[in-house]
Amino acid sequence: LKESKRAVNSLRDIVDDDDDDDDLERVSWSGEPVGSISWSIKETASSSSSSLEGRDSSLQKGSSSYAAFPKQVSSYSLSSLFKGRNKLPSFQSFSDALSDMGVKNYAPELRRPKAEYKDYSSDWSPKDTVRRMQRGKVCSLERFRSLQDKLVLLDEAVAGHDGNVITAVLIFLKRTLRREILFRELEVRQVALCHLIHFLKETGEQKLLLDLLRFLDRTEEVALSQYREHLNIQDVEKRREFLKGCIGLPFSAEDTSHIQDHYTLLERQIIIEAHDRHLEAAGQSEIFRKYPRKASILNMPLVTTLFYSCFYHYTEAEGTFSSPTNLKKTFKIPDKQYVLTALAARAKLRAWDDVDALFTTKNWLGYTKKKAPIGFHRVVEILQRNNAPVQVLQEYVRLVEDVEIRLNLATKYKCHDVVIETYRDLKDRIQLTAYKCKVERGSAEEEKINSILNN
Amino acid sequence: HEVEKMFTLKPGRLPQADVKNVIFFVRPKLELMDIITDNVLREDRGRSPQRDFHILFVPRRSLLCEQWLKEQGVLGSFIHREQYSLDLIPFDGDLLSMESESAFKECYLESDQTSLYHAAKGLMTLQALYGTIPQIFGKGECARHVANMMIRMKREFPGSQNSIFPIFDTLLLLDRNVDLLTPLATQLTYEGLIDEIYGIQNTYVKLPPEKFAPKKQGEGGKDLPTEPKKLQLNSAEELYAEIRDKNFNAVGSVLSKKAKIISAAFEERHHAKTVGEIKQFVSQLPHMQAARSSLANHTSIAELIKDITTSEDFFDNLTVEQEFMSGIDTDKVNNYIEDCIAQKHPLIKILRLVCLQSVCNSGLKQKVLDHYKREILQTYGYEHILTLNNLEKAGLLKPQTSGRNNYPTIRKTLRLWMDDVNEQNPNDISYVYSGYAPLSVRLAQLLARPGWRSIEEVLKMLPGPHFEERQQLPTGLQKKRQHGENRVTLVFFLGGVTYAEIAALRFLSQMEDGGTEYVIATTKLINGTSWIKSLMEKLEPAPF
Repeated sequence: LKESKRAVNSLRDIVDDDDDDDDLERVSWSGEPVGSISWSIKETASSSSSSLEGRDSSLQKGSSSYAAFPKQVSSYSLSSLFKGRNKLPSFQSFSDALSDMGVKNYAPELRRPKAEYKDYSSDWSPKDTVRRMQRGKVCSLERFRSLQDKLVLLDEAVAGHDGNVITAVLIFLKRTLRREILFRELEVRQVALCHLIHFLKETGEQKLLLDLLRFLDRTEEVALSQYREHLNIQDVEKRREFLKGCIGLPFSAEDTSHIQDHYTLLERQIIIEAHDRHLEAAGQSEIFRKYPRKASILNMPLVTTLFYSCFYHYTEAEGTFSSPTNLKKTFKIPDKQYVLTALAARAKLRAWDDVDALFTTKNWLGYTKKKAPIGFHRVVEILQRNNAPVQVLQEYVRLVEDVEIRLNLATKYKCHDVVIETYRDLKDRIQLTAYKCKVERGSAEEEKINSILNN
Repeated sequence: HEVEKMFTLKPGRLPQADVKNVIFFVRPKLELMDIITDNVLREDRGRSPQRDFHILFVPRRSLLCEQWLKEQGVLGSFIHREQYSLDLIPFDGDLLSMESESAFKECYLESDQTSLYHAAKGLMTLQALYGTIPQIFGKGECARHVANMMIRMKREFPGSQNSIFPIFDTLLLLDRNVDLLTPLATQLTYEGLIDEIYGIQNTYVKLPPEKFAPKKQGEGGKDLPTEPKKLQLNSAEELYAEIRDKNFNAVGSVLSKKAKIISAAFEERHHAKTVGEIKQFVSQLPHMQAARSSLANHTSIAELIKDITTSEDFFDNLTVEQEFMSGIDTDKVNNYIEDCIAQKHPLIKILRLVCLQSVCNSGLKQKVLDHYKREILQTYGYEHILTLNNLEKAGLLKPQTSGRNNYPTIRKTLRLWMDDVNEQNPNDISYVYSGYAPLSVRLAQLLARPGWRSIEEVLKMLPGPHFEERQQLPTGLQKKRQHGENRVTLVFFLGGVTYAEIAALRFLSQMEDGGTEYVIATTKLINGTSWIKSLMEKLEPAPF
């Protein structure tokens, strides 16, 4: 890549660039790259270069809301689009075949006589009606009055595979049949049924859709379909009510617990939001003064809510709705996720003691030791991202189990003591000596290295 | 056709234009009908001359849309309501696409076969142009439907029997859900990576402009362009045609070779002594300028891509993908995926990875699936239950039902994982994913030689029926193949195809004694991100 870049840049000096104003790399459909000799010959011959130029400059104003495309000399007619490239020898006959057939282009005509549309005869059978509809002719379906006729019409439409026609017939049947009859007949006609369901979803006819799904005993779909509606409810209280109503719906066992959680979460968020907004406005709370909230907590995912709680409400007792431990318990948040989130929040606030407490456990003898449900290298990563001071970082680098990773991180983040101790434990004199140049002259670290080497 | 101006469809008032007729040229989508309604209602009825409205649906009129317009009270405003049957759009000399984004979702989630109908119609048009295709092979439910429709259409429109000498020997119809794995993996060809990172839309790509700013001598870095750099990418550009299908690691050497050639060509100006020689050099200049410009663009693009592919995250992601594809640890919760969720990486990235794991394991153990679902919902929001449900319906992220994992058998029999892949001078299609051979393309490869009978057992493990149909050719048009002449096969991907698969098929086409050349058609050009996105529930409420 470097070589080619050099070549490109050196060539810039030789050649005067006049094509850098292009927004587009233009290539004509007949296969000549714009700027090639054959292309330029063609263009000067047809003297259309000025209109092409105009097109370029107007496209450059792409930011305006309507970029107008001025009229083009049509080398872009549909027939040229259907010409294949003569790459493969067996394709030689394409353009020949076209001209032989006398079929010049395949753009359908825009105007057809009105007579083609009018339905002058009223005697078309269901089969023929469907045929006519497939060809785009408008047909009145009103004459099919009996249930029998309507069903034949539907079956013919389905057999024709044309979704458009099937939908048209369904619209007619939806209007002219009693609901129970329509549902009953569709139950044994899978394709038509799927079409109707899709149609109802598209047009947002929620009530009819749910009735149909209930009739078919597709209970889980009913549940999900209804749940989807919550997205259309902007008002938080109304949404909460709606979600409460969703809980009893026939979801799968797993999904039921998720819906329950969704409701519970929103309920909590409403309480927290009201309370915190009040606190913030009152101006008495230090944390809200120092770190004013950028957005409301409503409708945020659970983990985001936990982060918020660890940030603004870390020290609260388990009893309050906004305490992190309460959230952990209520939503059964696994340790790993909890520790990661709490760590991120406390690190952001530079609360190193809190970070320390997260990983410290007392064993039965009263001794403290550090452990984490996530690798300590992850802890180091997050601390480093929040610009933790080296002394803090060092503590956790020291705890990284894998020696290679530990050395890597220690060297990267200049945790000299850890590097020194590790090389000492590995009994690696060479590396230790080499490391001397990385520490300051006369520093405690240098002394430490020397004393180890001399032993 | 006397078109004065063209504008993009937007809500609000229509722009000023001194024309008599306004034609709306749209796909039959309800959201677009809302925009058109807005345009029509805001039209100033008092103006003179009054403008007439017409609407052209592509590729077909939709009674649903017209019904919608009727309910909004604007249907009568349109004098003509027509359709423009543009089914298959040529993207390149060997590539056609319907560009139907919702085809996969409609076919596999909603059992709506409308896009299959359009595919069949597109194929009928192709046959009218290039002759009846004598042999049709297919795998998948949708493939079966399309073949049935084609046969029925041929019967019902006998006038379409033509005397064109057939260009295509074979049509291969493939359901996307026969190979759910390939689109989920990160593509590693040059074009594939451009699409993965920046997204290629209708052969155009928008790139960050910094690397494309002209560094004219004397000017500092002032006036850096803020508009993204837009480039067109197709095979008419020589250099692009050469590098697009290569594994990205092989692109650098091509670019440097090209650089030497172009430099040498420009050096020729020193050797041009006579008037004749100078004249010749000057006449070559436009071509050399174009070549230089092309080289500059692709060097910049390659640099942009390299920044991404050399990043730690790209490497970690790729490592996990390749572990799954080679069958390692697909039955447990993966640490890297958990870490990414914990760090709240983009949701689509997570979904691609968990779906990949699920597909490579023939479905996840219930415990593993529940674990991932819980973590995703807790981190990204409970509303994503709807998307997860869609993914399950599509077969991408589901519990393992039979207790059996078929993937290792499929992988071994079809040789999907090749350890000894050669990225610079590939000898097998697995170079497009640096080790993984796309399942769909393997099926095409084996169909040509030695035929599907050799993989009957494996085919049964893949969803949907497989079949063969023959279409009668009028006498006299039977193709007699010359010695050494290649067969031409049209491969139609129902539900989407990736650039990497296209590259793999092109690789097969140019193989020395491959025997078959491929033309590719599809409902949509996709990558893992756009594909998963099309299956996600729209979570924002509609603007109207």
